[in-house]
Amino acid sequence: MDYDLTEEQELFKQMVREFALEEIIPRAEEMDEEGEFPYDIITKMADLGLMGLPFPEEYGGSGADMVSFVIALEEISRADASLGITMEAHTTLGSLPIYYEGTDEQKQKWLVPLAKGEMLGAFGLTEPEAGSDAGATRTTAELDGDEWVINGTKCFITNSGTEISKVVTITAVTGMTGDKKEISNILVPHGTPGFTVAPPYRKMGWHASDTHELSFNDCRVPRENLLGTRGGGFRCFLKVLDAGRVAIAALAVGLARACLEESVKYARERVQFGRPIGKFQGVSFKCADMFMEVELAREATLKAAWLADQDRPYSREAAVAKLFASETAMRAANDAVQIHGGYGYIEDYPVCRYFRDAKILEIGEGTSEVQRIILSRSLGL
Amino acid sequence: MNVVVCVKQVPDTSDPDVEVHIDSSGKGVDESKFSFVINDADNYAVEEAILLKEKHEGEVTVVNIGPEAANQVVRMALAKGGDQAIRLDDERFAFSDITATARLLASAIGDLEFDIVMTGCIASDDGYSAVGVTLAQMLDLPHAAMVKSVEVIGDNKLKVGRELEGGLLEMLEIETPCVLTIQTGINEPRYASFKGIRAASKKEIKVMDLEATGLSEDQVGEAGSTAVMVEYSVPVVGELAEILEGDAAETSVKLSGILKEKGLV
Ligand SMILES: Cc1cc2nc3c(=O)[nH]c(=O)nc-3n(C[C@H](O)[C@H](O)[C@H](O)COP(=O)(O)OP(=O)(O)OC[C@H]3O[C@@H](n4cnc5c(N)ncnc54)[C@H](O)[C@@H]3O)c2cc1C
Repeated sequence: MDYDLTEEQELFKQMVREFALEEIIPRAEEMDEEGEFPYDIITKMADLGLMGLPFPEEYGGSGADMVSFVIALEEISRADASLGITMEAHTTLGSLPIYYEGTDEQKQKWLVPLAKGEMLGAFGLTEPEAGSDAGATRTTAELDGDEWVINGTKCFITNSGTEISKVVTITAVTGMTGDKKEISNILVPHGTPGFTVAPPYRKMGWHASDTHELSFNDCRVPRENLLGTRGGGFRCFLKVLDAGRVAIAALAVGLARACLEESVKYARERVQFGRPIGKFQGVSFKCADMFMEVELAREATLKAAWLADQDRPYSREAAVAKLFASETAMRAANDAVQIHGGYGYIEDYPVCRYFRDAKILEIGEGTSEVQRIILSRSLGL
Repeated sequence: MNVVVCVKQVPDTSDPDVEVHIDSSGKGVDESKFSFVINDADNYAVEEAILLKEKHEGEVTVVNIGPEAANQVVRMALAKGGDQAIRLDDERFAFSDITATARLLASAIGDLEFDIVMTGCIASDDGYSAVGVTLAQMLDLPHAAMVKSVEVIGDNKLKVGRELEGGLLEMLEIETPCVLTIQTGINEPRYASFKGIRAASKKEIKVMDLEATGLSEDQVGEAGSTAVMVEYSVPVVGELAEILEGDAAETSVKLSGILKEKGLV
């Protein structure tokens, strides 16, 4: 048993923390207010290898372990959850399917620029009628000669409409095997006729992240854009979602830590009834609980990441980490605003943004209910 | 262009939650709650050394006096582009003053092939601003302090700008080998990339103890120092200062009373 990070991981954490403190935190409020997508910060992150952490160097990545990846995500999300989700969705949802299933040619064409951060990755699974029940996909792809003809709509797709969004991997029904839908992954490059990106959603939080509805109208892509095997799409996204959940957990740990740090600072400064409010147990116990839960959420996240690094199954641990960390972030954000009183409801204080950024963590990449379903099933229930 | 750059690990004083307390010996401060970072000015020196290397080739050697924990700042400098490092580590080096510190650095640097030695111009913890120039003296080399710009203008000639009062730059030409003490703001220190960090773990940090330096016990530590630390103390509150007590409402009333009384408003 060894709870220490390696020297390399420690140094890496220190570097990302410094980067986040100096390059992201000063910009976070403005990015949120303007809904500005920070291309310049993405470029800097790419230069440091942060946009392709878990991919081998031969594919333009950094060759990092999963533990380093979650360390980085916590630090980036501590500074700004929008950038956290941009990095998260890009790396796991957007790039992992190509890494897991792509042919060498597909990897050269798409994974290399993605891992280098020259392109932004996106994955289209959710549909208006297929959310938690992702198998209910209605989007279809029919083979017509040497082309797939795609029809359907995907909603809430992160990273799908930026200037550097060049491809989205979507799930589509490519046929039936008996009475079962055959779901496959298909790479659809931006600019393909029939592929339309709707204007961005007006979201509660994550204002500086990019989310769109995508529609496909007789959209034709070459046959070789099939990613992995025909009918292998469902299995592939389950595997991708495991990694994604660990990453969302790391994002949640970062956001919860931000809530904790701001709360402790404010509890020391704010004086009421002649003393700092942190001297009242009603306030200090909230901070104590927040600290405890941040620690536990981080432990759960690191454990799942560590299992992944050992090439051992980690679906269950990923669900535990995602569920606990995202609910921790929501509670922490709620308490952080409470500790700030009326000021917490005003945008001048960052906890206001944290509150708006926290809720989605209990929804995206499998709602809390879905995580509980996974855990119930793993208990044989 | 081979550059040797000296780096010191210091407490992170940017952290507002950290309070400095004198320890029970009276000669030190309680470091248990500190986190440690590279000295600010040294960070700029590292960047300047790497920039020179990138422009004019050569190698960067990082030198540090410190315990194993100081590997952190040494490795980060290697991760940014340093090639190898020396860490001087021996219990007998403790309590070295400027002279003994410079002597130790000189013992490690003297045998290296270099064109420039860089140090930060000031350490954020003890604030002596003297190690670099003392080191130049011991290596018998020319030096420039508070350097804000460096330009290579000949085979063994540099043009350097020294920052004077009011931001005035004094430009001077200096022959290499030489010692430069680097001022903050000379460049924009980079962040180490993930690959840089990985590469750094394979670079050598040579550890030198007293025997390896070739110095004797009375040349290092307190014995080798010309100035000996006696004690730390907190400044006493001056009699002329009046500290107003009470909450903001009370103190503001008192303050406005005093200002009126003295005819200042
Ligand atoms: C900002 C944002 C970014 C997103 N990014 C992406 C992306 O990049 N790619 C992508 O594919 N998707 C993305 N999504 C979609 C997200 O993954 C879905 O919203 C999520 O999976 C939930 O699906 P739904 O919204 O259709 O909710 P529904 O599935 O309709 O759920 C509604 C409610 O019913 C509950 N529920 C459903 N089924 C059960 C059940 N069996 N038992 C108990 N409760 C149940 C849910 O937990 C939830 O509370 C994003 C969403 C948002 C808001």
